[in-house]
Amino acid sequence: MNTIKRILGVVWIILGLVAGYYLIISQAIPQFTSGKTEDLVPAIIYTFILMPIITGGLCIFGWYALQGEYNTSE
Amino acid sequence: MEENSAGVTVSSKKTLWKVIGASSLGTLIEWYDFYIFGSLALIISTKFFPSDNPTAAFLSTLATFAAGFVVRPFGALFFGRLGDIIGRKYTFMVTLLLMGLSTCAIGLVPGYETIGFAAPLLVLLLRLLQGLALGGEYGGAATYVAEHSEPHKRGFRTSWIQTTATVGLFISLAVIMLTKSSMSAEAFDDWGWRLPFLLSSVMVVVSYFIRRNMDESPLFKKAKSEGNTSTNPLKESFGNKFNFKFVLLALFGATMGQGVIWYTGQFYALSFLQNVCHVDFDQTNFIIGAALLAGTGFFVFFGWLSDRIGRKPVMLAGMLLAILTYRPIYDRMYQFTDVTTKQELVDQQRAEGDAIIKVYDDGSTATWVTEGATTTQTVHVGRSAFWSIVLLVFIQVLYVTMVYGPIAAFLVEMFPVRIRYTSMSLPYHVGNGIFGGLLPAVATYLVTKAQVANTAVQQASEALPYDKPHLAGLWYPILIAGVSFIIGLLYLKNKNQNVQ
Repeated sequence: MNTIKRILGVVWIILGLVAGYYLIISQAIPQFTSGKTEDLVPAIIYTFILMPIITGGLCIFGWYALQGEYNTSE
Repeated sequence: MEENSAGVTVSSKKTLWKVIGASSLGTLIEWYDFYIFGSLALIISTKFFPSDNPTAAFLSTLATFAAGFVVRPFGALFFGRLGDIIGRKYTFMVTLLLMGLSTCAIGLVPGYETIGFAAPLLVLLLRLLQGLALGGEYGGAATYVAEHSEPHKRGFRTSWIQTTATVGLFISLAVIMLTKSSMSAEAFDDWGWRLPFLLSSVMVVVSYFIRRNMDESPLFKKAKSEGNTSTNPLKESFGNKFNFKFVLLALFGATMGQGVIWYTGQFYALSFLQNVCHVDFDQTNFIIGAALLAGTGFFVFFGWLSDRIGRKPVMLAGMLLAILTYRPIYDRMYQFTDVTTKQELVDQQRAEGDAIIKVYDDGSTATWVTEGATTTQTVHVGRSAFWSIVLLVFIQVLYVTMVYGPIAAFLVEMFPVRIRYTSMSLPYHVGNGIFGGLLPAVATYLVTKAQVANTAVQQASEALPYDKPHLAGLWYPILIAGVSFIIGLLYLKNKNQNVQ
């Protein structure tokens, strides 16, 4: 189980990066550049709230998992 | 105060119920205050935001609603720090007053037509204060009750706090319905909508006086007398790898999934019925109210169950059931309200002013109103469809009670007394405020996008990209809860280290 937890650490890091890419490239940038006022709020939320939490959080979580921080003594 | 066989100081039963009552009442009022705004979102959008474009006005309100959620983690940090330094009791007294004053003030702000752009700005500011207050309240109340409880009954005792969010929503809907029914539609639209906000001031004063006489939590008092409280809870919680890894685990393995399931069951269901199925405002509120009333007792049941079999299996079972059944449940809800699949009683069709009213064989009616180039449709479902939808929403509320009933005890047990308020509040409010709070807006956006894509392709006579566009919004909670379920299943322990 500990090996699975460690290996999945890589998955969480990749998931964080993919989510960050999606939020910024596919969502925030088109909305920032759309010129519509109503797009500004979601773009700000994606860039400054969701992206740091999801990408930053999942990458650190994945890194800790990879380091064996969540391993249980067997 | 008594000491149990393990040498843990706990309160007597009588004191415990007083603690639970006082904490729950205050938290309930805070939730009421918070939800009044969401429940009146449509009216608020017409009063405080430029009304040229109703969709833009509604989205602005949702954004303000989201702003209320997004600042919750900041409230968690600010008040959590205070609670770990000066004590739980005084901190959640401050949050209660801050919430009450902000809510009451929203009811007093003049409309956009009177003071112009200052109106939406003031409402936004007050909404942010509400979010800050809520961010500090919940962690304080949950910690306060948990630290008075016997460790083996912590799930049961704290589950009463867990009922307050649902009861708060229920009361907010009931107060709105009562206020509406006690006056004409014009009076409610003109000034009556302000009454639910103003009522908050009375409730907050009552709750303040009840809470004022309560004692500080015994575990915090003990820690303080021994000099074991933290001088810098923020640094200790998030700057220390040992604690921070549990903050991340609590967020990704529990509160993130719990947050989206809570907001799907209680809020997206409401938004889906109103905006996607076009069920009328009053009937939607009755449906949600009935389901909440039937489901609320299960918070206590699942809190109690988590004391017996562990928090993890109860919460993960709720997540898994939700992931597997959301799409069929929402598809059935849509079918029950879809008048295009019902048999119309043509001889009963009538016109009233600008409206055309059609009656269907199951007792449902649909009203079409045309204003300029826009036609709006409102459905009033028949009795059998009504109760079927109540049952479907009730099932979702049941999932909410499974994931949410044990969560306070789960979070409290994850962190030590000295940094508990700060450490548990942040993952709770990020999970619920951000992942959950943004759900109605994100899901509505996904549904709209799917419908627009289908309409565009329909005009070009090509194959439709979305088979069921009305279900597109569910991918957000399913995906988030799915990731949370896997992390929770693999990484969470069934018994946490800080059970004392």
